[in-house]
Amino acid sequence: MAILVIAELDTQLKADTAKAVNAAKQLGGDVHLLVAGHQVEAAAQAAAVLDGVSQVLVADDARFEHGLAENLADLVVSLGRDYTHILAAASAQGKDLLPRAAALLDVSMLSDVVSVESDDTFVRPIYAGNALATVQSLDAIKVMTIRTAAFDAVGEQAPAAIVAASGGDDVGLSQFVGLERIESERPELGAARVVVSGGRGLGSGENFALIEALADTLGGAVGASRAAVDAGYVPNDYQVGQTGKIVAPELYVAVGISGAIQHLAGMKDSKVIVAINKDPEAPIFQVADYGLEADLFEVLPKLTEQLA
Amino acid sequence: MKVLVAVKRVIDYNVKVRVKPDNTGVDLANVKMAMNPFCEIAVEEAVRLKEKGVASEIVVVSIGPKAAQEQIRTALALGADRGIHIETDEEVQSLEAAKLLKAVVEKEEPKLVILGKQSIDSDNNQTGQMLAALTGMGQGTFASEVVVDGEKVNVTREVDGGLMTVALNLPAVVTTDLRLNEPRYASLPNIMKAKKKPLDAMSPADLGVEIAPRLSTLKVEAPAARQAGIKVADVAELVDKLKNEAKVI
Repeated sequence: MAILVIAELDTQLKADTAKAVNAAKQLGGDVHLLVAGHQVEAAAQAAAVLDGVSQVLVADDARFEHGLAENLADLVVSLGRDYTHILAAASAQGKDLLPRAAALLDVSMLSDVVSVESDDTFVRPIYAGNALATVQSLDAIKVMTIRTAAFDAVGEQAPAAIVAASGGDDVGLSQFVGLERIESERPELGAARVVVSGGRGLGSGENFALIEALADTLGGAVGASRAAVDAGYVPNDYQVGQTGKIVAPELYVAVGISGAIQHLAGMKDSKVIVAINKDPEAPIFQVADYGLEADLFEVLPKLTEQLA
Repeated sequence: MKVLVAVKRVIDYNVKVRVKPDNTGVDLANVKMAMNPFCEIAVEEAVRLKEKGVASEIVVVSIGPKAAQEQIRTALALGADRGIHIETDEEVQSLEAAKLLKAVVEKEEPKLVILGKQSIDSDNNQTGQMLAALTGMGQGTFASEVVVDGEKVNVTREVDGGLMTVALNLPAVVTTDLRLNEPRYASLPNIMKAKKKPLDAMSPADLGVEIAPRLSTLKVEAPAARQAGIKVADVAELVDKLKNEAKVI
């Protein structure tokens, strides 16, 4: 039994890959990590020291730059027939790529797996996390994305062998035009130990400075509800929820967020949840470990000051 | 050009779902159903393309029980021209849905296929990508902007860390993200007119597609409930609890 994990790259290897490797390790079998991109030597070295990886396959070619699904899926399909399982993190890239590869292999797919029960049985959330389905795959090759918030990152080991790999064609269906990156010096939302999120209660983009100040004091990331994103207070990749990012930090502070089902889907597995809201009936209080019923404009500066 | 839009009938997004006591699934009896929110965005985008003179005809397709015709009629009331209903009472998983849609694509030969990025029931986020794979088309997933330019379509995609723009050869598959547009409401006159628009019904067998599921759901459970928390009186108490009780800061 051999397992192929698709590494995710930005300019370097992304932290989510180490969590997908953990899920692969739990399956029990040889874990091979595919690093596909252009000029990815550093990422391959970083991949080789992930605990549990027995081999790193490097596909270094200009056609894999930017991670376009059409070319990557062709590569994954050409390599994938030798494996019993193909995994990737349930990130934007993993979600874009794996269903395409699964369909080309004529197998079904499992999205957002949160638990490995056996080599063919897995648990995944459905209905915005309001139900957990235990699902058995009857396919020869199990293709799945891993909800990274549900798995810890693996540690390091002595470097595994790095071998060159190639396969698939330049299918020529799509071209990269541009990437508008949102710069942030704070920790990445998905990986942060602390997340401070703001909602419509903030009232404006300027007021998000209050959220940022608290996040910086705690060394955390800044998140937002959909209402705050739609109102233009913050960019859309801040969004936590069913349709945004799924996070499970040690501490999640929800400020001015009512707690709609779609938002809860993205954060209710956080270890400790704090809610600050002036509406005592806000559903967020039903999941919060500590609730503070108060005007956020009064208490946020105080809270930031006392934690500094 | 012809645009094909796929829509799905799902539980209304405001409904708090209940897991059945026997753990076989989620209780859908007497629950309000609606068009999946991402599919509404897909219909809206197609209608806007028609209003701009880019799209000439909008065909809307749905797979599911007889009742899914309601969602097709809704799409027709929003501006789609005709409907196709692939009727089945069986569970249709993403790969099989993609195969059924592929058969429709081969019949209709649309230039652009628009789907929602995920349905809010299964939360799979697979069908669009699988359809693109099976039809050999490029895919523009999680679209927040779609611009048709001659024989290409430029799609701006919501990715982790920002926005990526790709150019796809037509025909192509696009899946919609929330910020692509704000769907309109159907007006009463348009709802009345939609009743007269053509709606073809067919079965998976008519399309030559086997829909036996290959993922078997063993059980469905409610997630562990969080322990009820407490309300604190002020900031000082909150800081104290976080430091000394939860020990997270």
